[in-house]
Amino acid sequence: MKETQNSIGAYLKLHWKTAVFLVVLLVGIGVADIFVDSYLRRLLNLCAIYVIVSLAMNLVNGFTGQFSLGQAGFMAIGAYTVAVFTVPIESRAAIFYLEPMAPFLANIQLPFIVALILGGLASAFVAFFIGSPCLRLRGDYLAIATLGFSEIIRIVFTNTQSITNGALGIKSIPTISSLWWTFGTAILIIIATVLLINSTYGRAFKSIREDEIAAEAMGVGLFKTKMTSFLIGAFFTGIGGGLFAALLGTVDPKQFYFTLTYNFLLIIVLGGMGSISGTVIASFVVTLGQEALRFLDEPMAFGLDLPIFRPGLRMVVFSFLLMVIVLFYRKGLMGTNELTWDFIAQKYRSIKKKLSGKKTSTEGGGN
Amino acid sequence: MSLLRTENVIMQFGGVVAVNDLNIDIKKGELAALIGPNGAGKTTAFNVITGVYTPTGGKVLFTPTDKSGATTEIDITGKKPDKITGMGVARTFQNIRLFKELTVLENVLVATHLNADYSFLSAMLRAPKARKGERQAKMDCEFLLERLGLIDLKNEKASSLPYGQQRHLEIARALATKPQLLLLDEPAAGMNPQETDELTDLIFKLKTDFDLTIFMIEHHMDLVMEISDHIYVLDFGCTIAKGTPDEVQNNPKVIEAYLGVDADVED
Repeated sequence: MKETQNSIGAYLKLHWKTAVFLVVLLVGIGVADIFVDSYLRRLLNLCAIYVIVSLAMNLVNGFTGQFSLGQAGFMAIGAYTVAVFTVPIESRAAIFYLEPMAPFLANIQLPFIVALILGGLASAFVAFFIGSPCLRLRGDYLAIATLGFSEIIRIVFTNTQSITNGALGIKSIPTISSLWWTFGTAILIIIATVLLINSTYGRAFKSIREDEIAAEAMGVGLFKTKMTSFLIGAFFTGIGGGLFAALLGTVDPKQFYFTLTYNFLLIIVLGGMGSISGTVIASFVVTLGQEALRFLDEPMAFGLDLPIFRPGLRMVVFSFLLMVIVLFYRKGLMGTNELTWDFIAQKYRSIKKKLSGKKTSTEGGGN
Repeated sequence: MSLLRTENVIMQFGGVVAVNDLNIDIKKGELAALIGPNGAGKTTAFNVITGVYTPTGGKVLFTPTDKSGATTEIDITGKKPDKITGMGVARTFQNIRLFKELTVLENVLVATHLNADYSFLSAMLRAPKARKGERQAKMDCEFLLERLGLIDLKNEKASSLPYGQQRHLEIARALATKPQLLLLDEPAAGMNPQETDELTDLIFKLKTDFDLTIFMIEHHMDLVMEISDHIYVLDFGCTIAKGTPDEVQNNPKVIEAYLGVDADVED
């Protein structure tokens, strides 16, 4: 017992800045949870969900180097699992008015957290069957298969009327409005991912990204390791999807077009393929940016009538941004670096040095 | 007792027979070398042994010693490279294949993955078992880096190291898989005579300290002749000679195979 206390003490001593940061963050979320209005609340919730899904995507694409485009599909599985299992039984008849809900499901209602985890597991389960053939191959097969899968799953959900209510979607899902659900989950997933990446599994993921032949020669089982990453990614995405359903209170197949995946792709490319902190930052930037640029979608007149301001223009901004990043700033915001205290200190020093020119050449050892 | 045997291994790519009827027999504890002119099929032979290629004919047999000291001969023909590495065969690459974006220490740590005994779930929760495993792996790897003189560079990116040190790092990484047989593919390629001498000493020391059997491809003849117990000479995929350095050196077939490419051989 004493030993554990000591090790916790030592740990705190080593990571006190992180501990302080976490406390500030939690207090911040707590304060925000009390004071923000419903618009901002929804926006922040959405940011947190995007953090979860993008992080899951980065785990597979950025860290393991396997190009997967199935985020929308995995989200749909998670979202529908939550929807089907949490809609109140008494309102089901009204929602499923075209065709009643399948009898084996009609009387099952699960607590939100159970449905959420079930959604993640269902998502991982499906991922296993996609990954089994695709992850044995080298090349872009995974991208094609996952892209196809996410469209197939959407069409399946459109047609399984008695389970998903087809194109009508499921409404009156009990909603979550507290920031704690989304931010709590996001923080847990970030911590889990950081710990995973800094373990032998994370290094195995990265070794596959760097050089498959060498990784295999060093005893890293390619298929098993890729599968581990893919399943964890799908699980987290399913959780993200479940939160998404509970945030909006309604799901329908149109929400899960494959274009949804491109939001996450933009985020991980912008933040840096292989950077957790980059993904978190970019999730906020992109999600908030999409809201801030909403005015571009509305008609606007500067004296004369400019016809370019119409729905869809803000997507052009993001497409342009993506092009600029790919052309001139390949590594994204963070590259494969992480926003650690050392990294900040180093950046701070280099900026300070640049600003004050030669003067600092004699100092700079004291930090 | 032989550690690695190949029986009539043939590796054919379309019409090209890269390795033809290869029979090698490496005894435990010896240092064997595989030499031959460029394009003789040496690296292909290594790739067959380590499972990168499945041979079109023949067998590769490996006899590892397990923890209790018992030995069993296993047919490793066509097994996956990671499985073969897990049994105790490690290798380095002719054209260095480090994980460039990872640090020196991380490069070596990757090779401990096959001996990690904790699941990804305990890694995500940083369970005591994972923490212990991680600490142990780090200690083992730092020890190896110390041995190969890379400890001061452990936090550098692998791609930032000078060429010679990258070669050393490849050896450290291979050793981290805890091999019984170490395959070195041209460890001295591109090194000057002094570096080659140092490498010779190093290989010799590592062999005794880690109780290794070494099989290497090398073009530096002085290195090969100095430290090998047995030499196999390949030419156009066929074994044209095998034996001790003295026997091989005086074999007329070997001299003939090398005369045409004399200038290439010496450096």
